[in-house]
Amino acid sequence: MSDHATAAPAHGAVHHGHAEPNWFLKYFWSTDHKIIAFQYMFTGMAMALVAGFMAYVFRMQIAFPGQAVPLFGFVSPNVYNALITNHGSIMVFWVAMPVLLAGFGNYLIPLMCGCDDMVFPRINRLSYQLFLLSAIVLLVSLFVPGGGFGGAWTAYPPLSAVPKYNLTPMGSTMWVLAVALEFVAFLLGGINFIVTAMNARAPGMRAFDVPLAVWMIVVASLLFMASVGPLIAGAVMLLFDQNLGTAFYNPARGGDPVLWQHLFWFFGHPEVYVVLLPAMGIVAEIMTVFARKKMFAYKTVIYTVIATGALSFFVWAHHQFVAGIDPRMSNVFTVTTVIISIPVAEMCFLYVATLYGGSIRFTTPMLWALAFMAEFLIGGVTGIYLGASGADIFFHDTYFVVAHFHYTFYPIAIIGTIAGVTFWFPKMFGRMMNETWGKIHFWGTIIPFNFIFIPMFILGMYGEHRRIYDYTNFPDLANPQLQALRITSTVALVVMLLFQFPFLFNFIYSMFKGPKAEKNPWKSNTLEWTADSPPPHGNFPEMPTVYRGPYEYATPGRDTDYWPQNEKA
Amino acid sequence: MSTKTIATQRAAMNMPTGRLAIWWVLMSEIVIFGGILVSYVLHRLAHPEWAEQAAYTNVHLGATNTLVLLSSSLSAVLAHAAAERGDGKRAAFLLRLTILGGLIFLIIKSFEWTHEIHEGFTLQSGGFWSYYYTAAGVHAFHVIAGMCIMAWVASTAAKNQELHRVENVGIYWHFVDLVWIFLFPLLYIAK
Repeated sequence: MSDHATAAPAHGAVHHGHAEPNWFLKYFWSTDHKIIAFQYMFTGMAMALVAGFMAYVFRMQIAFPGQAVPLFGFVSPNVYNALITNHGSIMVFWVAMPVLLAGFGNYLIPLMCGCDDMVFPRINRLSYQLFLLSAIVLLVSLFVPGGGFGGAWTAYPPLSAVPKYNLTPMGSTMWVLAVALEFVAFLLGGINFIVTAMNARAPGMRAFDVPLAVWMIVVASLLFMASVGPLIAGAVMLLFDQNLGTAFYNPARGGDPVLWQHLFWFFGHPEVYVVLLPAMGIVAEIMTVFARKKMFAYKTVIYTVIATGALSFFVWAHHQFVAGIDPRMSNVFTVTTVIISIPVAEMCFLYVATLYGGSIRFTTPMLWALAFMAEFLIGGVTGIYLGASGADIFFHDTYFVVAHFHYTFYPIAIIGTIAGVTFWFPKMFGRMMNETWGKIHFWGTIIPFNFIFIPMFILGMYGEHRRIYDYTNFPDLANPQLQALRITSTVALVVMLLFQFPFLFNFIYSMFKGPKAEKNPWKSNTLEWTADSPPPHGNFPEMPTVYRGPYEYATPGRDTDYWPQNEKA
Repeated sequence: MSTKTIATQRAAMNMPTGRLAIWWVLMSEIVIFGGILVSYVLHRLAHPEWAEQAAYTNVHLGATNTLVLLSSSLSAVLAHAAAERGDGKRAAFLLRLTILGGLIFLIIKSFEWTHEIHEGFTLQSGGFWSYYYTAAGVHAFHVIAGMCIMAWVASTAAKNQELHRVENVGIYWHFVDLVWIFLFPLLYIAK
């Protein structure tokens, strides 16, 4: 599991609480928002390694069915189901959410708003501890009798509710528990984020002086808070159905399995924007710094984000076009789904307009930010096909869907995260990362990424169903051309995973041995760059006062091409 | 919390941080109960036969409990008034009175449930009873949580510390009342 969870007790044992009595208190029991941000990030990165390994195992099974997978062994159908289920759950709930929302939210909100910590530091600590507990429950669930839950990350009943069907009585209960705990953790964290950004801003910082990263993390927290409630209720109901014999999702006794789908997707669709928005915010910060340009239409971006968030509550049933919902309802949700692409497209245009005429510097973070825009665009465009109920009836549950949501989630969870990590690394650890290795990692990740998922679009158009363990049993799908596409995709995945080692090496090496970073290595305007690198407890030697917006780059008539927010005019 | 962060003491929105946060807590609670109640109402409309099941609920005990819970909010309001005056001792006493109200509510509820379970209406008795026990159970869980928080707030208020918390816990308690005001007609009265 996480480096922290295993390292902390062992370390404490060695020193017996004497030599470094504060080690545990400093890195595990801290209320400092920066340490909590690192806890979330490192736990999330450790979970990403677990989920990446799972992807490797089940992709190997698809490409080379029935053969022992190196480093794992034979994959049985039940293990295969548990692997895909937990890969999805982990990447959404234990990687994208903790790293992008909780990690960057914790790190950036107090620093960018110019205050010393979160408004509720102890609740912040509790939030991480609950999150860690949820991660442990999920990981343990993989090893209980019967194995981990295998009913897909969406956990539709009756498969998830009836042990006789899913064959994982303990695994499925623990999965629901872990998800519910994780939600409570993020509710605590989200309230903290919103209140901190609302109430604890530096003197002089008006709402429209707040950097987009903070705006977007706050809007994302609001979306999460407003959408997760029904699913918390739904999770309690599912737990009771599994263990106490209630009849919420059992049609024979007065319940309805589609109810879960409504509750799940009422949360599940806004959730896409919950993770998208922090990534968009990170990209906005990076693009303005490395294009040396003012954010194009800053206020419009914010209004667009709010519009996207509001609309995201009215699209959920596009996941259920084939679930037996009323066709008239399908029409409504097709229209709302197509409408939501308008504000998202608008945001993309505003970002591109920000680049126009800038003096662009292709540093590693900038490459990641640009790749985010390019790859997310493919995810967004293919979503329009799936949002149209007519096309979706054919595409539903094919690899086209898998490719589509990986083209949205991968740019968010991986590309957006690495963009942010490489950009704020000097601030976080006080040292610079190696640019050459950063670029090798960039190309070694982006090129194989497209080779993984473009074949899946093609496979999906051939009608390849996504929940099949071994295609050799399906004469229509077992032909050699399709198998060649599957193997292409798997080989590309292995290459991409191998290219993560240079990143890990660069990350760990630079953390200890990289060249020292100055306060503001990228010549950025926002407040976090006025603190020391890394910022001490309390962040600022003297609490900053804000005089202007965050994106005053290349202002005419100034000697420097940037104008920090806290510099007096 | 002996030393508060600077962040906690700022008020860019001209509202104390704790009160601002408690409203956001309530918003997240509204959608949790909203999820249960909307699911229940839609199913209830689709199953007119649930009315026969609902007829077995005890409206008199439910009404008594409504009265008990609403009255307990009065002492929470008086506690807030006492805290505003800076009278921590009085605020603590009134908060403990509110806790007593919550306790009576739970005792009545446990009698009610024991009776219903003896009659054979359990969690497993079908759709209506699944919602009846789960919705009221999640509510009761909030009552218990509110009582625990109030006991803690009362213990600090008695020492005249952190008096602003008296108001915040009161806001939460009113919300718990409000949820019951939705639950009572939906589960008991609607036949």
